[in-house]
Amino acid sequence: MEEIIKIEGIVKNYGKHKVHDGLDLSVQKGECFTLLGPSGCGKTVLLRLIAGFEQPDAGKISIGDTVVTDPANGVNFSPDSRGIGMVFQDYAVWPHMTVFDNVTYPLKLAGTSKDEMAARGMETIEMVGMKGLDKRLPSELSGGQQQRVALARALIAKPSLMLLDEPLTNLDANLREEMRFEIKELQRKLDITVLYITHDQEVALALSDRIAIMDDRGKIRQIGSPWDIFESPADPFVFSFMGIANFLPVKRSGGDYVVGNGAQVVNWKKPADNSSDWVAGFRPSDVEITHGGEGLRGTIKRASFLGATMDYLVDIDGAHLRTSVETHEALAKDLMFKDGEGCVISFHNLLWFDAESLKGIEKQLEGKGARA
Amino acid sequence: MSTGAKGLQQRQNFGVAQVILFLSIAVLVIVVAVPVLLILFNAFWVDGHFNLADVIKVISEPDTYQALINSLIISAGTTIGSTIVGTFFAWLVTRTDLPYKGFMKAMFLVPFMLPSFIGAMAWKMLLSPRAGFINRFFMRDLGFDGPIFNIYSYAGIILVEIMYLFPFVFIQVCGALERMDPTLEESARISGAGLFTITRKITIPLVLPSILSGALLIMLYSMAHFGTVAVLGIENGIFNIPTLIYQRIHQSAGSFASIRTGTVLATVLVITAAFIIWLQGKILTRGHYQIIAGKSFRPMELKLRALKAPLFIFCLAYIAFTIVLPTVVIFLVGGLKTYGLPFTWENLSLNNYKFILFDYKLTKDAIWNSVTLGFSAAVITMFAGVMISYVIVKMKVRGKGILEFLGMLPFSVPGSVIALGVILAWSGKYGVNLYNTVWIILVAYIARYMAFSLRANSAALEQVHDSLMEAARVCGASMWQTLRDIVLPLVKPGMIAAFFLIFLPSLRELTVSIMLYSPTTRTIGVAIYTLNEDGETVMSAALAGIALILIVVGQTLINRFTARKGAK
Repeated sequence: MEEIIKIEGIVKNYGKHKVHDGLDLSVQKGECFTLLGPSGCGKTVLLRLIAGFEQPDAGKISIGDTVVTDPANGVNFSPDSRGIGMVFQDYAVWPHMTVFDNVTYPLKLAGTSKDEMAARGMETIEMVGMKGLDKRLPSELSGGQQQRVALARALIAKPSLMLLDEPLTNLDANLREEMRFEIKELQRKLDITVLYITHDQEVALALSDRIAIMDDRGKIRQIGSPWDIFESPADPFVFSFMGIANFLPVKRSGGDYVVGNGAQVVNWKKPADNSSDWVAGFRPSDVEITHGGEGLRGTIKRASFLGATMDYLVDIDGAHLRTSVETHEALAKDLMFKDGEGCVISFHNLLWFDAESLKGIEKQLEGKGARA
Repeated sequence: MSTGAKGLQQRQNFGVAQVILFLSIAVLVIVVAVPVLLILFNAFWVDGHFNLADVIKVISEPDTYQALINSLIISAGTTIGSTIVGTFFAWLVTRTDLPYKGFMKAMFLVPFMLPSFIGAMAWKMLLSPRAGFINRFFMRDLGFDGPIFNIYSYAGIILVEIMYLFPFVFIQVCGALERMDPTLEESARISGAGLFTITRKITIPLVLPSILSGALLIMLYSMAHFGTVAVLGIENGIFNIPTLIYQRIHQSAGSFASIRTGTVLATVLVITAAFIIWLQGKILTRGHYQIIAGKSFRPMELKLRALKAPLFIFCLAYIAFTIVLPTVVIFLVGGLKTYGLPFTWENLSLNNYKFILFDYKLTKDAIWNSVTLGFSAAVITMFAGVMISYVIVKMKVRGKGILEFLGMLPFSVPGSVIALGVILAWSGKYGVNLYNTVWIILVAYIARYMAFSLRANSAALEQVHDSLMEAARVCGASMWQTLRDIVLPLVKPGMIAAFFLIFLPSLRELTVSIMLYSPTTRTIGVAIYTLNEDGETVMSAALAGIALILIVVGQTLINRFTARKGAK
């Protein structure tokens, strides 16, 4: 595979605040690569560094075979000479120009003939599903239509690389769902490389060939296919970022692994190495709560009726976990627990993480509403 | 571009950004910073060294000292009077059931448009001790022994200034009263407070910051005000700071002593102005209560009951007496064959108007000068303003705060100070001599009106989101192409607004041009003033009438234009 973006040792500071400190990343030609991370993690800064709107303090960025940024050697291509297409979060459609003029502006700058401009303009407008709207002004378009114009404008010059900066964030939920499949299809059809920036893991999973997860310090935690990321997260940060996560502290005791400060053994395949402190990570949907049978014995600390679901906070020997059962299911299977009642917890799926790796992501966890 | 990532050519837009930055700094330094610095330098730097004792000596000369005191007396009187009048009328049109409030509000804002020196001339015609129409009527027809009012006095000057400056308070207080959350007053009412108590304890404290801010604006304006004092004060030897600067510079044709006096007085003005602006900023930030919300409410209205008719008649009388009467007098006198004749049909004609428009070289030149000067200043300042605003709003460069400060400085530097600074800078001492040419007035206009242009253009540029420009860059546009294709078309409304904000006021400008004119470079304001001084009262009034028509027509056109833009 051929690399189209190669980022080596990028350092970027704003005053004393370090956004990136020696970041490496590469994107392969023809793939749809998503940079996924919480807001404020520096993913937009990285995109702006690639586009040329910002200059790094150190490091090197190449697009194709060309080094476009290399402060050490005084190389700095201006944004207009990098040959990329870009779609912005706020659409950035020029309000004083018609749809056609917006879309064909890159061709006009390139000195394309009038006839070719008309033909390619119409073709691209049609491709993004805006046929017949070419004479409209942006003020006469909906948000979704404006984003289609922005997409067409980024595509018309047939760039080999397209950067998308959270382009769906400002759209409503239905439109967002529809657009992400369309973007994916356009990317395949036109065989272009897409670098997509988002904080929305659902969009990332739906779109990407590969995903890179960035933490709030700008460090890349894991790169892999959507399936890898979701099923085999490298650490608790990635795990919790991809959905609501529970972490149960577990200690090694002899050859067994026990929960909290009690003696109940977790019945699951053992962790890879034999450190003493671990956490067991699982999603609320991986937890089964019953009145008896195999599993960990615990007590209901708090039972809350939330309408469609029953939410339980369970105490197992001093360790807490949260789970929920759909109310109708709870009623059918007699799973309505009261505060202080005993219960049995078993797991469909469970991941082991080193207890050390949990440190430093507490803030992230609070935001997600999960408890350790 | 279609070849994709391969074979990229390094292209750096080195140049455009640097050129824009350099030009912006150059324009502001040459046009604004140098003149102001030269004033400070000339005031404090005597015989090659810093000399404060000499500054005090100049200030303590009887004439200068008296001018300082006069400025204080006049501005204090004007401020107090305007604040009372402005607050009272603002309360009447927002909080009572006075009839025709919309019309009243519009009428109370008319004095904003009218040049106060033309108003002062009208009042001179009405109330000068011997020749004033009103005084003559009382003496001749009602048998009074002497004039009932002498307009050539402190009281006369203050009253005329109040008539033209009170809208500053009026507009601020109206705004605050309209935006005030009525539930604050309603809850006081529920607690059993009477309307009088509510007004005193709730309403007035809440709008006090607006009242004070408007009052300080008037004080600033009145301290530095030239026109009214020049028309009404010089007769009785009442000089304030700007008129004394003018008189000294004018009489002595630029002698060293007069320039010294001028610069010291100008420095006093600048320091006072800076202090007032600082104080206003403090009051506004401290008084920025959340209770005065941004949106409009429907305030509760006081029923005037028995007072309704008398107050209504009072308002109409005020409008008739202070706005209609002086305007009518200007037009009538402008139609007289000779000043002093009674207003009869035989004595009135349009001949004067025809004469000054088509035959009289002095006034024809003045109109031509004002229109071309105003137009050139507006065009230059519009373009320079958009460039400097671009640096301030959009470019990430160090030290742009200084640009912002320099650009807004003329807001606080009075016109007479700018004129004096321009004389110091462009009279050949530094290689360029523009004195006695039309160019020196142009330079002064640009300095004076730059702040207007920066305001309008900055506001427009703030609306142009950075991503609109960045989108153009990734589409392959150079910085220059981005400015041409995206930024300029989008800030066009701001530029047009800036143009009119400069063009119209420059048509009636007096303070700056009176210090800089030569016999061939009179502006409309200068021509009206000098004709009046030379006793050509009817010609002066006719030209003033034409100026009023120009201003009112222009303002109406702008209002139409901006209203349509806003509705779209």
